[in-house]
Amino acid sequence: MFHARGLSKVYRSGEVEVHALRDVDLDIGRGEFVVLLGASGSGKSTLLNILGGLDVPTSGEIRFGDQRLDGASEAELTAYRREHVGFVFQFYNLIPSLTVRENVALVTDIALDPMPVDEAIDLVGLTPRRDHFPSQLSGGEQQRVAIARAIVKRPEVLLCDEPTGALDYATGKLVLEVIERINRETGTTAVVITHNAAIAGMADRVIHLGDGRIQRVETNAHKLSPSQLSW
Amino acid sequence: MKALDRKLMRDLRAMWSQVLTIALVVASGVAGFITTLSAVDSLALARDRFYAEARFADVFAGLKRAPLTVADTLRALPGVADVQTSVEVAVRVEIEGRSEPIVGQLIGVDPRRPARMNLVVLRGAAAAPSPGPPLADGSIPAWVSESFATANQLKPGSRLSALINGKRRTLLMTGVALSPEYVFAGLWGMPDQRGFGVFWVDHEALAAAFDMAGAFNHLALKLAPHGDERTVIDGLTGVLDTYGGRQAHGRTDQTSHAMLDNEIKEQRVLGTLLPSIFLGVAAFLLNVVIARLVSTQREQIAALKALGYPNATIALHYLKMVLVIVSIGWLLGLVIGDQLGAALTRLYSDFFRFPSFEHRVAPWLLLVSGGLTLATAVLGTLNAIAATARLAPAEAMRPQAPGRYRRTLFERMGIRHIPTSLRMILRQMERRPGRTALAVGGVAASVAIVVMGNFLRDAIESIVDTQFTLAMRNDVAVWTLDPLIDASGRELARLPGVTAVESNRYVPVTLVNGHRRERSQLRGYALQPELYRIVDVNRRQTQPTGDGLVLTDRLADKLGVRVGDRVQVEVLEGRARTLDLVVDATVREMMGLNAYMNRPALNRALGDGDLSTGFMLAVEPGREAELLDATRQLPRVAGAFSKATMLRNMQELSARNVRIMSTVLTVFASIIAVGVVYNNARIALAERTWELASLRVLGFTRAEVSGLLLGEMVIVVALALPLGMLLGWGLVHVLAGALKSDQFYFPVVILPRTYAWAAICVVGAALGSALVVRRRIDRLDMVAALKTRE
Repeated sequence: MFHARGLSKVYRSGEVEVHALRDVDLDIGRGEFVVLLGASGSGKSTLLNILGGLDVPTSGEIRFGDQRLDGASEAELTAYRREHVGFVFQFYNLIPSLTVRENVALVTDIALDPMPVDEAIDLVGLTPRRDHFPSQLSGGEQQRVAIARAIVKRPEVLLCDEPTGALDYATGKLVLEVIERINRETGTTAVVITHNAAIAGMADRVIHLGDGRIQRVETNAHKLSPSQLSW
Repeated sequence: MKALDRKLMRDLRAMWSQVLTIALVVASGVAGFITTLSAVDSLALARDRFYAEARFADVFAGLKRAPLTVADTLRALPGVADVQTSVEVAVRVEIEGRSEPIVGQLIGVDPRRPARMNLVVLRGAAAAPSPGPPLADGSIPAWVSESFATANQLKPGSRLSALINGKRRTLLMTGVALSPEYVFAGLWGMPDQRGFGVFWVDHEALAAAFDMAGAFNHLALKLAPHGDERTVIDGLTGVLDTYGGRQAHGRTDQTSHAMLDNEIKEQRVLGTLLPSIFLGVAAFLLNVVIARLVSTQREQIAALKALGYPNATIALHYLKMVLVIVSIGWLLGLVIGDQLGAALTRLYSDFFRFPSFEHRVAPWLLLVSGGLTLATAVLGTLNAIAATARLAPAEAMRPQAPGRYRRTLFERMGIRHIPTSLRMILRQMERRPGRTALAVGGVAASVAIVVMGNFLRDAIESIVDTQFTLAMRNDVAVWTLDPLIDASGRELARLPGVTAVESNRYVPVTLVNGHRRERSQLRGYALQPELYRIVDVNRRQTQPTGDGLVLTDRLADKLGVRVGDRVQVEVLEGRARTLDLVVDATVREMMGLNAYMNRPALNRALGDGDLSTGFMLAVEPGREAELLDATRQLPRVAGAFSKATMLRNMQELSARNVRIMSTVLTVFASIIAVGVVYNNARIALAERTWELASLRVLGFTRAEVSGLLLGEMVIVVALALPLGMLLGWGLVHVLAGALKSDQFYFPVVILPRTYAWAAICVVGAALGSALVVRRRIDRLDMVAALKTRE
């Protein structure tokens, strides 16, 4: 599904030049559950942003199926995100002035073949709270809204950036269960980035990143369910 | 409804106080624009309509007496389309119980020769051929000019007495009338609705009383389509010379037209320039505020992009938000402007009398005001969105890279002991000089327009004060029918309450330099005037001591002469003569186009003896009415005028209009100032919530954190106040320059209270905003703020 060759990314942050990715090669298959593991600054968020069309590499090649994402125009990237990608961010990035249903509807308004809004909300178990505003929800609930918002368009790939990063243990597990279920039941490719090594157990493949490079790749013969994880 | 539109509604509701203040800024700009321009536009429209319907003449002339056959000669002159003759006489009129003198202009109406121009319109009655012949009891039916009837509360059936050729006759009011010749009613170029009335009476009765049967002493003339006014006036003067013809003149020198025209010109300048600056400033502020407002939504824009919303859709979303705000303001401005414009039009209708005078808001006013506000709002929004849209969404969602701060200018200059909080404020301001400049510029602009709105009132007060306190120090002015031997002044000195008398001589003249001609009145003042003086815009006195002329500088400019040049002075009184006089001095006066000499020199130049036509009297306090009564017994007195009455007329009419307009504009300007300061504060808070919350987490107190934000506001306001006052001063100069007309030189006077009021508005708005911001800082949710950010 994803084919990356020689990906590099250089940022200018203030007066400093940061090499976020250095010469990364990567393939991800359809329906796969991949965990990108690495410390802060390892380049995992950058990789995820490039996979999701939020950013473009400084050099190298990245394809989604047959579509080239490097060198794609702003409009092409927008269409790509809109049709194929569901995002879950560490900080949820909900629109504070919209209710749960409306935040999800924000996507169905522009998606090609979305599932019914209530079905997506039901999938993340928030039906009773669907008319609440983000400020009336706990962090875990907000993250589940973000997941509902990400899956409602029936994306081919679900990209999650530290989905449990801002959550407590129990809530974090709840959110991981939801992601796992979506991956299993709908065959949506899931890429989760985290610095929490314990989460690696639920992945098909674990990619270790450090200093902008892939350090090593592990394949789990036996995937664990989120309830079996502990950290 | 789409989720995005729901977000729009909710966002608008959440920011209601900002929506309201921005809308008010727009509304104030638009309302100021609509108010003044619609009123002037309505005035011009009413004038044009009335002039066309009542066929207002092009040229006018007075003469002593000419047989009707002369009119045929005049009709044959090249360039003349039609000539209409009449008998018109100015008489003294009295209303029972009123001591103030009244001048009545009697105009004969001949039912056998219906008017073809300057048609008289009867109010509330069908057109009638004439007021009718005298009644059995000897009273003369008369139509009375509306302004006079209204001011003196006269109704059909009211009786007045008039001194007609030495005989006291009763005028019986039978109708209220309007004429294009008397849209404005006044004497000596000053409005006077109580003291000046026009009475249309039966032609035959009037002609009989003044021995004018088969003759005329006034004519009105219509030019042929390509007739040249100058040529016709010259021809007219040639023919009428034999009949005591005087002062043939075009519309420009016709009192009512000149006043009306001047008012329209002046108000159009005021009504265009001032509100345009207002609208411009409002638009600029709108742009600044909107741009900052949109940029505070950076994260939300990024999230929408991540979800796959294209830039165009996001831009449209924010455009809608801005359009809603601007539309609210625009509509509000239209409604207020329409209402105030109608009120201003009603004020005009006290001053200028038309058969129909409706207020309307011309479509172009809607288009211009709407177009300008919408365009700037859209521009401001697109600018702000473009900045965010250019960013890749991943970058937009990430907190902005730490800004490149450096030591402030003060620190680089070697000033070391700056408190940390002040250092933070200064570095913040210096790092984003563009934003700081816009904030300072916005507040300064609002200070400037408050100054400008108030300036008109200051200027009018200065004009009134200079004219009525410094120039005219008399209490009563007495005018004679003909030039009198100056000894008559002694008779006046014996009247009750008179403490001093100063004699003046006034002669109507045309000043000529080459092909340039200007009609004026040559005023002969006392050698060392005490009661009636020449005072310039700087409130300095000029004395006409030499044998030459002192001219208003605008008059000298129009004639193209300088001090030391010679001017031909054609005398329009008595036998025709031309004097050759030197310009001794010019004086920058506030009002009028005047020519002065000292009276003895003027009399010498005319070859006359010690003659006077006017006497300025100083009167003991409280004895004015008694004196005015006494002047009525003097047969050679044409009229006696109280300065207090003139001042009241001026205050009640012309000054009142300017004052009201100034107040309206000042209120709008103040609202704009408040709107700007408030929004600046709110947006600064929104932009820095994270930073401030972090400081609270570090242990800064609420007061310290508030100090950081409010300190910036204090510095912005402190910089903006003097800058805005300077800007206001500059704009006032532009305005005064644009307002300069033949009649007026607007002095650049800005009273300290004007600057003070501007400062109070802005400082008050800043204090109010500070309170709101402080309350918000107190409620800052530190944990939440930090939880959602890296």
